[in-house]
Amino acid sequence: MPSRKLKQWTRSFKQASPLPGFGLSLGYTLFFLTGIVLLPLAATVLRSLHGGSAEFLHAISTPRVAAACRVTLESALIASVLSASYGFLIAWVLARYDFPGRRIVDALIDLPFALPTAVAGIALTTLYAQNGWLGRYLEPHGIHIVFTQAGIVLAMSFVGLPFVVRSVQPVLEEIDPAMEEAAESLGASNWQIFSRVLAPASFPALVTGSALAFARAAGEYGSVIFIAGNMPMKTEIGALLIVTKLEEYDNVGASAIAVAMLGLSFVVMLALNLLQWKLQSRNGVRS
Amino acid sequence: MRHLIRLRAKIERKPSLPARTARLALVIAAIAFVSLFLVLPLASVFAQAFSQGWRVYLAAIHTGEIVDALKLTGLVAAIAVPLNVVFGIASSWAIARFDFIGKKLLVSLIDIPLAVSPVVAGMMYVEVFGLHGWFGSWLSNHNLHVIFAVPGIVLATIFVTFPFVARELIPFMQAQGSDEEQAAVVLGARPFSVFWRVTLPNIKWPLLYGTILAAARSIGEFGAVSVVSGHIRGRTVTMPLAVEMLYNEFNFTAAFAAASLLSFAAVITLIVKKAIELSTEYQRSKAEQGSNE
Repeated sequence: MPSRKLKQWTRSFKQASPLPGFGLSLGYTLFFLTGIVLLPLAATVLRSLHGGSAEFLHAISTPRVAAACRVTLESALIASVLSASYGFLIAWVLARYDFPGRRIVDALIDLPFALPTAVAGIALTTLYAQNGWLGRYLEPHGIHIVFTQAGIVLAMSFVGLPFVVRSVQPVLEEIDPAMEEAAESLGASNWQIFSRVLAPASFPALVTGSALAFARAAGEYGSVIFIAGNMPMKTEIGALLIVTKLEEYDNVGASAIAVAMLGLSFVVMLALNLLQWKLQSRNGVRS
Repeated sequence: MRHLIRLRAKIERKPSLPARTARLALVIAAIAFVSLFLVLPLASVFAQAFSQGWRVYLAAIHTGEIVDALKLTGLVAAIAVPLNVVFGIASSWAIARFDFIGKKLLVSLIDIPLAVSPVVAGMMYVEVFGLHGWFGSWLSNHNLHVIFAVPGIVLATIFVTFPFVARELIPFMQAQGSDEEQAAVVLGARPFSVFWRVTLPNIKWPLLYGTILAAARSIGEFGAVSVVSGHIRGRTVTMPLAVEMLYNEFNFTAAFAAASLLSFAAVITLIVKKAIELSTEYQRSKAEQGSNE
């Protein structure tokens, strides 16, 4: 009797199918999702509201927190623009040209995904330090990367690069060369072909890739903390401040920053998704 | 479609001289950038690790600290990756094989860990299992340790690798459709043999692909693990944390020796990943996916 009721209830939200295992697979999915993702997320949001909104606002408006948020957002924004520009170049070269070593370059693009962030952090720091392979040429010219905001931007654009390339590359591969040939035969200049044909078609993908790179950069920790120097008010990032607050047992302060960061990254992702959706429907381009 | 484009690119007329020059300049710029920005950091890890010679390197790897860290990292990956594989298969079966209300919401919920900073991820577990967390007093009454212990590290690792397998499988299985499985059911196959004989052979490449990505990330995860670990020597220090601790103690050779092992794993990951991408079966399945969308 209960199993028949269960079946009736299931039928109210699920279409009939001859395949087995719906209850088991969905049940396990929901159980795991709740335990691993939703429960901890709820705990964090509730904790930040624990002391009321006044305490929450107080925790995120101290000068040190405000400075950390400014440094993080500013750096992530610059880094995602940088990743977008050279990411587009690399995606273009990989999608359009065949050259010796293309596959190796293509595989290397995912290095920032595969390389542990702590390793990337100490490698970049050593490279750009005063006596490092690159730092020894940059420092005499007054270009300081390590322990400055430029270092934060550098590390963030390192981790953001694959997001841009992997979003744009498949779209550039899919654009039919006939469109370019048609434009050329109708007398379009190279610049016109790029700005009227290629750019509109690949722009939604570029926006998506940059948004992903931005979200990753804003939350990045491992690759940034070594090169940043972590001076409060100057080169301290939001993620590090959360760790510092947790070490001081200031859980309310830590979760306030965390919720602010969570909220921001969700808003950015939502806004850019909406923008992308709008662009897509306007241009009628699939990505 | 893609191979047609490739074919076309091959037979198209030879470009003019300025076009060829521009092309060469772009290719050189891209290669130079990749070498400077990606290869050089990787090379510097190995250069630093071997800067004092082979013997110092081997001695640095053979310390108890790094051996303990290697064991813990292996243990964490061995628990977290299979759990995420099971989750990936279960969720893609539910999502790609059935139609139910709230499916889109479920798909976006699975992606949440991608948008969450690793540090925030670690902190979320402190809020649940930490001393002042939801279950904190219950756990400490029963003398169970999650935060600053191995279970917390495993949980944080599961969180950051949560969507990896599911994200590979769901679009793949949706594109594939369920005709073969339905035929098997109609012909009287039992649920387990439908999965084992029909579904699993079809999804093995994307499954392997997602598993490798999840494994690489769980070996290298730093931010989330750093928050929940407590950095207790010999007990809760994973390889990436060992790199950090040695580096902060100015023990650079040992730090880079540990980092070189992780970099080696990363390079292996890239090679295996590329090999799967180039395998004909995977490419065929991706092409099917594209044409069905």
